[in-house]
This record gives sequence, C-alpha cells and structure tokens, in this order.
Amino acid sequence: MAVKIKSMKYEDFLDNESLEILKKSGGNIMMTTVDNLVNWGRSNSLWPLTFATSCCGIEMMAAGDGRFDFARFGIEVYRASPRQADVIVVAGTIVHKMAPVLKRLYDQMSDPKYVIAMGACAISGGPFHYNSYSVLRGVDEIIPVDVYIPGCPPRPEALLYGVMQLQRKIKGESFREVRDPQKDIIK
Amino acid sequence: MEKQQIIESLKGMGIAGEINETREYPEISVPAETLHDTALKLKNSPEFNCDFMVSATAIDWKTHFTVVYHLTSSTFHHVVVLKTNVSDRENPEIDTLMDIWPAAEFKEREIFDLFGIKFKNHSDLRRLFLEDGWGFPLRKDYTDERIKELK
Repeated sequence: MAVKIKSMKYEDFLDNESLEILKKSGGNIMMTTVDNLVNWGRSNSLWPLTFATSCCGIEMMAAGDGRFDFARFGIEVYRASPRQADVIVVAGTIVHKMAPVLKRLYDQMSDPKYVIAMGACAISGGPFHYNSYSVLRGVDEIIPVDVYIPGCPPRPEALLYGVMQLQRKIKGESFREVRDPQKDIIK
Repeated sequence: MEKQQIIESLKGMGIAGEINETREYPEISVPAETLHDTALKLKNSPEFNCDFMVSATAIDWKTHFTVVYHLTSSTFHHVVVLKTNVSDRENPEIDTLMDIWPAAEFKEREIFDLFGIKFKNHSDLRRLFLEDGWGFPLRKDYTDERIKELK
C-alpha cells in the first residue's frame, strides 16, 4: 500500500523506491490499522526544537511564518525544551565547540526522535569543509540524520518538502518494531 | 586632516619608525619597544587625538608576526595605521595597549587566542573563543587531524 500524506500525491514523489525499503508497517489488518493510527498521530504533530545556529535558521523562521506557514503540515509548535520536541532541525553550521551541546540536546529528546539536516553546513560542513579548524563536517558524524535538505540556505519550500519526506518516513513505521535511528539510514 | 597633512605632522612628531605613504591610510611601522610610546603620542597629541581603536589584528609571515592597529579620531575622523613586527615565533611578546584604549583588551585576547602572541601587562590574558590546549589556528604552521586540506 502506498504511503499517503495529505499534502502531495504519492506518484508525484520521485523516490518511492527507497521509501519502500524503509517501510515496516504491514501484516494483518488489525496491526496495520493500529500502525496507521499511531503513525497518523506522530507524523501530523511533529514538534520541532528551537535550534538554529546560522542563516538556515532564518529560512526556518521564514518557513514558520504566515507566508509559508508550515503549521499546515503539522510541524508546528517550536519547543524550547528538547524533552518536549519530536524533531530537531539542525539549521546551520555546527562548530566543534557546539557539537557536544547538540549531542546532548539530541540525547535529551524523548523517543521517537527525528533529525533533519538542513543546508550545506549541516550536511557536510559546506563551505567550511576544507581548511577549517573549527567546523564539524556534517552532523551525521555525531547524530543519525533522517532527512537531508540541500541548499545554502535551502528555501522554505525545500524545508517543507523535507518535512513531507520525514512524514512519509514516519507513515511507514511500525509500532511493533522499536525504531533504531542508526539502522534506518541509507548511506 | 588630509592624508598628506597627516604624513607631514607624523614626520614632525619625531616618531621612531618608518612612515609608508603609498597605501590608502598612512602607515607607521615601529619597532616593538617603542610601540607603547608611539601609541600614547598618537592618542595625546591634540592634532591627532586618536581616541578610538577600530581594530587590532595580526599577520603570520612564517618568519615573523606583524601586529596591526587601526586607530581613528572621533573628532577629526582620520585613520592612522600602526604596525609592529614580532620576530620571535617561539615566544612572541609585545606590550599591551589596553591601558591606552580599554577596547584593546578583547582584541588582544582574540589575537592571543588565534596567534599565540602574548601581551605584556595585559590584565586578563585568557583564551577568548577556543578551549585550552587547542593550539593557535591562524598560524601558518598549524595542523590538526580534523582539517581536510584542499590541494
């Protein structure tokens, strides 16, 4: 069964093959129904952590304002405490001094937790990949990333698309299997 | 003051050092021993009245360091550049200017953090951004196992 989300048609996504690999829900009709209910709840109320370290953070704020309004997709209430957040959008450059702080924030979040790496710096260090003494070369060195959003910085629409991808990923989960973020990553 | 006027008056002040007139701003290169005296003269002379230090930075030339100060006056709005060489790479040390311009305190801490140049008589010479034991990353011979070199 195709993973459906409200905002965009299944066949409009170009990466359905890789999504099918990650899909875990299924089995008998009872379990599938419970999965669907749980995943519907989880994917439509993703609360992000208030965490922005540079210009990508400005784009993330723009995505939250009235013009782009990602509250429409359920990714809505910015939480100031990691204990109340479901997803951390790593928006910006992470330096070696910041890395332990980010790791601790991630560890403090309650399961199930998701990570979106937004922008070139969070993906690979971006413009600071070479000859930099201070910048971490991608947040995937310290925390497992679910969705990568390329751009420098990505436009708010790109963030919305990334959020939809995360929702599709969540829709394929099963509550019977405990999520292991490290295992779900396709390298 | 116009640039030519500044240069004339600098020459008239009897500053122990070279004056370079070819750049955008008049530059004074002084030996490290007379840096503090020169800076004090620039601040106290009524025709210069350099009461504001805009920036302090350093350059690593591999053989020596150059410390560069940009000074300006809030009454006359002219800019004077003060330069000095520090030749000892192992234990670079020059006088602090924080008793003349208090703003120099953090600028000198930053130079110490990134270049390892020590400032004599500085009241609180600690690292500013980096952790202790980091090394001095803006030195040309700095290496780090995390750095990826672009060849």
